[in-house]
Amino acid sequence: MAMENLTTKSLAVTPYQRHESGTQPEALYKPYRSTLLRAPLKPLIFLPHTLSEVTGPVYGHGNIAPTDNDLTGQHEGAPLGERIIVTGKVLDSNGRPVPQTLIEIWQANSAGRYAHAKDQHPAPLDPNFTGAGRTLTDADGTYRFVTIKPGAYPWLNHHNAWRPAHIHFSVFGRAFITRLVTQMYFPGDPLLAYDPVYQSVPDEKARQNMISKFDLETTQPQLALGYKFDIVLRGPDATLFE
Amino acid sequence: MVPTPSQTVGPFFSFGLTEGRGCVSCIAEPQAKGERVRLVCRVLDGDGAPVPDAMIEIWQADANGRYHHPDDPQHANADPACKGFGRMGTSEGGICEFDTIKPGRVLGPAGVLQAPHLNLAVFARGLLKQFYTRAYFINDPANQEDPVLALVPKERRETLMAHLDDRGEGRWKFEIHLQGKHETVFFDV
Repeated sequence: MAMENLTTKSLAVTPYQRHESGTQPEALYKPYRSTLLRAPLKPLIFLPHTLSEVTGPVYGHGNIAPTDNDLTGQHEGAPLGERIIVTGKVLDSNGRPVPQTLIEIWQANSAGRYAHAKDQHPAPLDPNFTGAGRTLTDADGTYRFVTIKPGAYPWLNHHNAWRPAHIHFSVFGRAFITRLVTQMYFPGDPLLAYDPVYQSVPDEKARQNMISKFDLETTQPQLALGYKFDIVLRGPDATLFE
Repeated sequence: MVPTPSQTVGPFFSFGLTEGRGCVSCIAEPQAKGERVRLVCRVLDGDGAPVPDAMIEIWQADANGRYHHPDDPQHANADPACKGFGRMGTSEGGICEFDTIKPGRVLGPAGVLQAPHLNLAVFARGLLKQFYTRAYFINDPANQEDPVLALVPKERRETLMAHLDDRGEGRWKFEIHLQGKHETVFFDV
């Protein structure tokens, strides 16, 4: 093996920042019933970061079609619902943009129904809307999707349970441990107060970072309302820089 | 800045993440160097029932222990046929199968070589964030000196082992128990 050729310095791994307590959901959150039989309950083993953690897939490049970031343009007709533009930046926790990283989104249609065989909500499917998109961030971390505002929908978690309108986001970032799957919510949604998925994040300020902001500058006349949603991924330990 | 919180992938992610081009079952192309492995993963809940709506992502090094990533100082020589990434949704039986090669040894803390391992992230309805684990190859002598396995209580190390499956050559089974007596070791990364 070529290991001997490497100097000790080049072997040093820059670790990533750890999450502050309360800023991410715990594994077990009883009000969200699906965690009961699925959340790991034994203590996690603390893992110092090695190359296995700080490297990660460079995935999705070269596999993006022109309509992938316009979910209203993937079928013959226009989908029903309120057209929206969702845009923002992917940054790391040091405030640096995360360029050329894949973002995938999926969502229900305007009636609150997913184009998924197992979704039993008796709301209509929309033949002009699938609800899946992908894009790469540009050099300054910016991304942009055109879609329609998803509807709220009922689920069986508790009596009269309704998920607030949300768009699922999946982001890679630079390392396997920067991987993030989250949900973007809409400002002023009264269902947020009752939603155990949203409420599973203990820290209120961190929780609010999942709510997009209405933005008049992004809004286009006669066309679409604009929402801003920035996503922050874990960054390398800043104390080791500069 | 505080990182955006994670939320569950939910039950309906397949059309966004793991169908069509989103399904990456081939981690290493047939021409990749190294011993071929078909890794059969099975995800089970606290009752031992299969989890049919999980997604598994895998990240691994090539046969020489090099990651296909610029932060690996050896990446320029990484095997181009081993991109190192896989992603699949589980079947009704909680199963997904990846085609890959056995990775080489990667440097670990203090310059100690790690034993061959695959890095896994598990996502599912009911998981509010992904959980990270590793699959090692049982009976690989390098496991004895692996610095990460050494951090795991002896009685739980077995949960990180893939086992040869006699139903086919190069077929390895790796069970992920989210909960219960045999709960898999998950790492705080």
